[in-house]
Amino acid sequence: MNDMTNPNLVERELKIVGTRPLRPDGVDKVTGRAKFGADMHLPNMLFGRVLRSPHAHARIKSIDASRALALKGVKAVVTSADLCDLPSEFIPAGEMMVNFKDMTRNVMAREKALYEGHAVAAVAAVSDAVAAQALSLIEVDYEVLPHVMDVNEAMQADAPLLHDDMYTIGVEPTPEKPSNIAKRVEFGFGDLEAGFAEADVIVEREFTTKPVHQGYIEPHACVASVSEDGQAELWCTTQGQFIVRAFCAKLLGMEVSQLRVTASEIGGGFGGKTVVYLEPLALALSRKACQPVKMVMSRTEVFQASGPTSGASIWVKVGATKDGRITAGDALLKYQAGAFQGSPVQPGAMCAFAPYDLDNVRIVGFDVVVNRPKVAAYRAPGGPIAEFAVESVIDEVAMKISIDPVEFRLKNAAQEGTRAPYGPKLGPIGLVQTLEAARAHAHYSAPLKANQGRGVASGFWFNIGGETCASLNLGEDGSVAMVVGTPDIGGSRASLSMMAAEELGIQLEHVHPIIGDTSALGFNFLTGGSRVTFSSGMAVVQAARDVIEQLRDRAAKIWEVPLADVEWVEGHARCTGPGEARSLSLAELARTAGKTGGPIIGNAAINATGAGPSLATHLVDVEVDPETGKVTILRYTAIQDAGKAIHPAYVEGQMQGGAVQGIGWALNEEYIYDDKGHLLNPGFLDYRIPVCSDVPMIDTVIVEVPNPRHPYGVRGVGETPIIPPMGAIANAVSHATGIRFTDLPMSPPHVLATIEAQQGK
Amino acid sequence: MEVDARNVKQLLRILGERYPELAPHLEHDSFAVAIDGEIFQDVWFAPIGPDSEIHLIPAIRGG
Repeated sequence: MNDMTNPNLVERELKIVGTRPLRPDGVDKVTGRAKFGADMHLPNMLFGRVLRSPHAHARIKSIDASRALALKGVKAVVTSADLCDLPSEFIPAGEMMVNFKDMTRNVMAREKALYEGHAVAAVAAVSDAVAAQALSLIEVDYEVLPHVMDVNEAMQADAPLLHDDMYTIGVEPTPEKPSNIAKRVEFGFGDLEAGFAEADVIVEREFTTKPVHQGYIEPHACVASVSEDGQAELWCTTQGQFIVRAFCAKLLGMEVSQLRVTASEIGGGFGGKTVVYLEPLALALSRKACQPVKMVMSRTEVFQASGPTSGASIWVKVGATKDGRITAGDALLKYQAGAFQGSPVQPGAMCAFAPYDLDNVRIVGFDVVVNRPKVAAYRAPGGPIAEFAVESVIDEVAMKISIDPVEFRLKNAAQEGTRAPYGPKLGPIGLVQTLEAARAHAHYSAPLKANQGRGVASGFWFNIGGETCASLNLGEDGSVAMVVGTPDIGGSRASLSMMAAEELGIQLEHVHPIIGDTSALGFNFLTGGSRVTFSSGMAVVQAARDVIEQLRDRAAKIWEVPLADVEWVEGHARCTGPGEARSLSLAELARTAGKTGGPIIGNAAINATGAGPSLATHLVDVEVDPETGKVTILRYTAIQDAGKAIHPAYVEGQMQGGAVQGIGWALNEEYIYDDKGHLLNPGFLDYRIPVCSDVPMIDTVIVEVPNPRHPYGVRGVGETPIIPPMGAIANAVSHATGIRFTDLPMSPPHVLATIEAQQGK
Repeated sequence: MEVDARNVKQLLRILGERYPELAPHLEHDSFAVAIDGEIFQDVWFAPIGPDSEIHLIPAIRGG
């Protein structure tokens, strides 16, 4: 086994880490000074608009933009011909393997439009009104084709085919005919037949979930400026400026160093801003027009053309003995990918049963294309869907054998050393601690009234590390400019500054965080995978220790003592050698840096490894109105292992935000299409995400089982909290009504119809 | 199977030699290597101990 001790672990008493200071970007956010994607303006700037397909599936026979180009004020029109076409192969872009054949076709339809809203052409003009008028002058000759929206229908042999070169991978032999099934995956071990034979109780259920959007409040927006010599700048709302640079450079045939990308403030991303939509189009338009181009999506465009997460069809079977030991778990997951392959069925399959210690387990998954927008990542992509189904069946098994659902989970909980269904043994994790905290919480024993029910569910997410850089620039007054390359979505400026200040031994207000553009640092993977406080935190700690080493060296030179005789304690170099006690503060050393060797900059460039999974358990009480089918969330408690909460308030915020998004997923959110594949609810009035009046205060309990691979024990916390809500709420609704609910969302019409069907109405 | 490798890069090279049909996937596909339960993504020189347990698993990205 690998040694799980960490020689870099901070074991001294912490002064800043674990406290709740105000966030450094707070004033700009509450005064409106912060610049989001649509807030950038450049002189001589044009306005870009996108022409989108009105059809869910259509062959593009021709595009004639001559009338649009003749309109006064129109400066450029681009189509797929203005982007590079690339072969169907996965090639590196930044840290990701990307199929650029699909990406270039998703950014701009080429042979076919594959969903309503698919971009077909784009225009840049002197005003937004002229650009909009120009769109109406572009003539596209479509051959409308049959379309398919449902995952089960898309898997049929006679289903309309989206891609005639898609042959299912992961099956032997490779099929002779193309289909909409991009990939089959399978994980597991043991003997399922023997496991189920050993069971006293077996529960088997089918489930469905709908695609749901990340629901970020800020639409996609960017400004691109390409000069005559090919040098380009791009400002955009994104979770990863380096990924945007990698993608756009490839799509436009540029070298990455020709393109400088600056991430604006971001009004939510949740995974949905890890891809590009407008950015390459704005660059292509700017390159043609030789003027800056600004593009902003409308909310309708966000819904029609940016990626939700998958809708899915799921089957789960679990067997257990009467005394509460799970003997086998089996699952089949079919995930919609949207118009191009790449649903999150693989991670969904990997974490479906991951909270449990099973001897016999199998998960099979299918990645299936349909005529919907290409899915994008959404918080713990794939996990919430699979774990909703598994947690529902776990609850039903516990009911059948009359064991408390928390006790049942405790009897089967994954712990350090448990073999995960995807193969490896898990390191230290905190599921048991979250379950014990749930059992001890006053919420769990509070009385319920008629039509009310309580649900519990747990969740697992991996978390990741990845390529990360940080730079700490020590100013002559002892203040520190901290540059990181990961956009701040969840308060990372605060958490990273706190780790830097803790390491250096200075006050937090002397650390000033900056999100660097792509020219400021080496490559940084994006803000996602719950990695920033872990990975950028690790880089910041390393950069701070680099600064400290330089400061110790300067002090040793000043005192003319060996380096080994200088230690760093609470922001001061102290001489430990013989003679009079001597000390120099960080500020004093910074002031003389020019004379002692020059400016002091601490750098770190790492590929962060050792991310620790985060597990959670949620409790929820609901009341179901039998007259209307409306489900009201009465009480909600989220419990999660954070490893170490650097800034507990922001950890709690992540837990609360994930719970609320899960409440929307469970109760209301769905895309409504007509029979032609037209989206009928592309706005927040009709696509209903939770508002304040829909949710109670979300109570939180932070459990801390340190991740031994991080200097402060950090685990990512951003994704796990969206996993348990759907299962917990479905279990609560089932207990309130006595009817097992297996289809999301549990909206009033659906719940009422289910109740009435049960009553034989 | 047992493989005599001291780091991930050596492991991938040996697997590619032993199973030539795997070689293009080892070179081009996106995956991670779990060494004794700890997941490494795109880290060629992560050390492998003499008794380490290795799993090749899909890369995890997240949202």
